[in-house]
Amino acid sequence: MSISLNGSVGRGDFERSFDFTIADGEVLAITGPNGSGKSTVIHTIAGLIPLRSGHVESDGAMWDAPDSKQWVAPENRTCAVVFQDLRLFPHMNVISNVAYGLRARGVNKDETIERSQKMLTRVGLTSFDKRQPNDLSGGERQRVALARALVLEPRVLLLDEPLSAVDSASRAALRELLPEVLGSFAGAAILVTHDLGDVEAMATTNLSLN
Amino acid sequence: MGLPFIVPCHHYGVQTTVPEKRSIENNLTRVDKVFQAFVTLGAFFSMVVLAAIGGFLLYRGFEIFRDFGFSFITGSKWDIGNPEDTSTAILGIGAMLVGSIITAIIAVVLSVPFAVATALLIEFYVPGWIKTILVSILDLVAALPSVVFGIWGYAVLLPLVEDWSVTIEHYLGWIPIFNVPSEIFGRSPFLAGLLLSLMIVPIITSVAREVYSQAPRDLIDAASALGGTRWGALRAVVLPFGRSGLVGGTMLGLGRALGETVAVYLTLNLVFEINFKILASAGGNVASLIATKFGEATEYELKALMAAGLVLFLVTLLVNFGATMIVNRSRKIV
Repeated sequence: MSISLNGSVGRGDFERSFDFTIADGEVLAITGPNGSGKSTVIHTIAGLIPLRSGHVESDGAMWDAPDSKQWVAPENRTCAVVFQDLRLFPHMNVISNVAYGLRARGVNKDETIERSQKMLTRVGLTSFDKRQPNDLSGGERQRVALARALVLEPRVLLLDEPLSAVDSASRAALRELLPEVLGSFAGAAILVTHDLGDVEAMATTNLSLN
Repeated sequence: MGLPFIVPCHHYGVQTTVPEKRSIENNLTRVDKVFQAFVTLGAFFSMVVLAAIGGFLLYRGFEIFRDFGFSFITGSKWDIGNPEDTSTAILGIGAMLVGSIITAIIAVVLSVPFAVATALLIEFYVPGWIKTILVSILDLVAALPSVVFGIWGYAVLLPLVEDWSVTIEHYLGWIPIFNVPSEIFGRSPFLAGLLLSLMIVPIITSVAREVYSQAPRDLIDAASALGGTRWGALRAVVLPFGRSGLVGGTMLGLGRALGETVAVYLTLNLVFEINFKILASAGGNVASLIATKFGEATEYELKALMAAGLVLFLVTLLVNFGATMIVNRSRKIV
């Protein structure tokens, strides 16, 4: 079981080639300066940006292969993303944010609530169910975004600079939580980061785009 | 020169006193002053026109309110009596007011789903060139004079709606509003409401499309990445985001539907009785009442029509105030 990207990703005039395969249990860190294509990789694997050439493949299934015109829509890819800017739904409370993906994938209401609450407890947000995202601190919002991705039990977890939008105290707390979460995560994970400390703490492999 | 000495922040005291208020005067340039005067004049001009219309209608219709009081609004009879003796007149616009509201509600109920669907289709489903064509068609429909709608409604829609009404009455006649004991269909509130809905769809669609186009694409992407289908993503992000705009657009359409004259005049049988049976060939609205009676009105009846105009004016103002409040509240929620 693995996820592999072999081809070039791009947005606008920018284009860059990648070739990597990540097996289950591995965490690939992608580091590099701004504009080097780190986030573009995440968005391409998630299906939010089409691949320019080559292919994205997961567990033998072709998610995106422009040459053979193969394409799996984002909602049908067994991956979940924690976006750099989090992208929590501002009009939904915490539990609705976390539950959104499960409901979208047809999980019944009772199971959705149960799994969402368990996940919120796991990321340290017990009893935050009814709070609105705008009432949370940066660190708490980050945890909601993490819970929203993890609750889907994805085969591939995509983390786009998960520690960039939080203050130093929250960062320290999340640095304890994230390695624990990734350590117990069964699938493959990609971590985009600027921080080599994050790489050491969480990643099994590092891809530097310098 | 060395680096400035950095003082740890705890060396600074925390200011606890509230500083005195001070006034800041911006010295405007001559151009700014002229511009400010111009925009102020523009804003006041609209208010002056509004007040002038309201004042004129009140001045001309005051005698009617004095003579009939509240029964002018609740009464359903329109009998001018002896034209030489105004005390014999019985005038009330209750039936027309209810007719205005019923036809406007039918129009809104029928048009909103179509307007939302059209706006979503244009913004999120069709390619650019089809979008351009659809927008042009909608703009064209919005610009059609209401008399054209009225004639079309009378000539084309009326026979169709008569057939539909018979079918609806047959299956849903047990619901009071669809029950027609007289079995006379045709120029009914349903026909007028349906025609009004076609007239206001472009207005609501235009506003909804504008608001939906500003929905955050990042959140739509996020919804897709979490497993939401395109419709799921639109429902989770775009519809809540555009709720206030949709309410605003709907209220604009409602305002037009309430005040529409010619189209209703041609498609609704003017009958002075409060009619909640929307398939029955009886009804009217305030605007069509004014249009019908204006040409041959006596002086006293003319005053009554002015008073009716004032009521319609106030109802429209109320709807707009309501719309503003709903829009503001929805904005806070989203």
